[in-house]
Amino acid sequence: MIKLASLSKHFGKTVVLDGIDLTIEEGEIVVIIGPSGTGKSTLLRCVNFLEQPTTGTITVGDLTVDVNRASRADILSMRRRTAFVFQNYALFSNKTALQNIAERLLVVDRWPKEKAYQRAREILDQIGLADKADAYPASMSGGQQQRVGIGRAMATGADVILFDEPTSSLDPEWVEEVLGLMKQLASERQTMMVVTHEMSFARDVADRVIFIDGGRIVEQGPPSEIFHNPRDPRTKDFLKKILATNPV
Amino acid sequence: MDVLNVEYMLGLVPVLLGYLPLTLQLAGVGMVLALILACLFAVVRVLGIPVLNQLTIVFISFFRGTPLLVQLFLFYYGLPQLVSALTVIDGVTATIMGLTMHFSAYMAESIRAAILGVDRSQTEAALSIGMTNSQLMRRIVLPQATRVALPTLMNYFIDMIKATSLAFTLGVTELMGATQKEAAGSFLYFEAFIVAAVMYWIVVEMLSKLQHYLEIRLNKAYSR
Repeated sequence: MIKLASLSKHFGKTVVLDGIDLTIEEGEIVVIIGPSGTGKSTLLRCVNFLEQPTTGTITVGDLTVDVNRASRADILSMRRRTAFVFQNYALFSNKTALQNIAERLLVVDRWPKEKAYQRAREILDQIGLADKADAYPASMSGGQQQRVGIGRAMATGADVILFDEPTSSLDPEWVEEVLGLMKQLASERQTMMVVTHEMSFARDVADRVIFIDGGRIVEQGPPSEIFHNPRDPRTKDFLKKILATNPV
Repeated sequence: MDVLNVEYMLGLVPVLLGYLPLTLQLAGVGMVLALILACLFAVVRVLGIPVLNQLTIVFISFFRGTPLLVQLFLFYYGLPQLVSALTVIDGVTATIMGLTMHFSAYMAESIRAAILGVDRSQTEAALSIGMTNSQLMRRIVLPQATRVALPTLMNYFIDMIKATSLAFTLGVTELMGATQKEAAGSFLYFEAFIVAAVMYWIVVEMLSKLQHYLEIRLNKAYSR
């Protein structure tokens, strides 16, 4: 279970997140939508302290941290309970696909080499890239890189995987294979928080869609409700605009 | 003008070759120690560790801002005067100390620049899988920075090999010192020093080959 309470983030005088309260059950798939610059990515980055939140508490599993009192050890264990998939993939460029996936198991979990690589190979199989084990990121397509990025997140065994616009940097031809892998994870009930503009993914896969604007949760509910029966005018306005260019 | 005494030159080759190992040892040990020191300095500078950062800045400023020969004399002749325990310091040790500190100051700056050149997303990705700062430095950032820093570091290594010749001023009989002695005995200065020059040149050329090979290896991950 993930619980965010009164989570806020200020950059100087700019309030990017304004008291987010959110509880996510184990196995739940939550998709976060909203206009650009409304704090969606910042919200994800605050959960694993890639950004230091200004106030609030974060709970992941049995660990609760008051962000102002978080010690280095707290931040480290929070990061080890969460995994992150980046918009620009951010694979380790000096490591092969296999090594990218195994890195967490080798370095953080201190598994023996053989066991770590065996597990990494299983994951490569699951993401359909067994033949790319020894390929470096520079020689892979965007879609393949992002699938390895997801594989790296899977290897962490984290309580939740945070997806920060995972298909936004991809050429259109690679989007489907990445969304397909995410659907596969969703069907295995991997807890996920996904920031995306892919409305069809939100409609088909999400258990809950959250609309954020101005650093606050404006509206949330099952996709059928949000897409067909939005209540808040801001939600309606946003959906009208995005569905015009990006039909479901 | 007499013709070159080729016979003398050929005879000198094996003699001078006997002193090459010491030259390589001075440069080799100096390079390893300088690299270690430079990495530490660079990390201290990048992370901005208080106190250490300021000390490092002063250290780098001093050793970049003064001639190597002055530093060598300071270590060899000057230090024993201040600290009696150092009266036993020999020329080889003083040379290695001087080379290490002098070149670590230069190399620290190029390593620091290379570290800063590693994309921020690499650090974030490492943090996101729960690595500590030292793990991400060791496994992700420094290996990537090495590739960027390699050409300049090899330049410093080449420079250091040539700088070992200053050791003869501290009475160390390395390649330069031996040549000087031979030349003073035979009065065939041109012959002696041209042999020494070619020896330095060949060593440096071999290093350039090594650099080329290392660059290909380190670039393997980045070619399509």
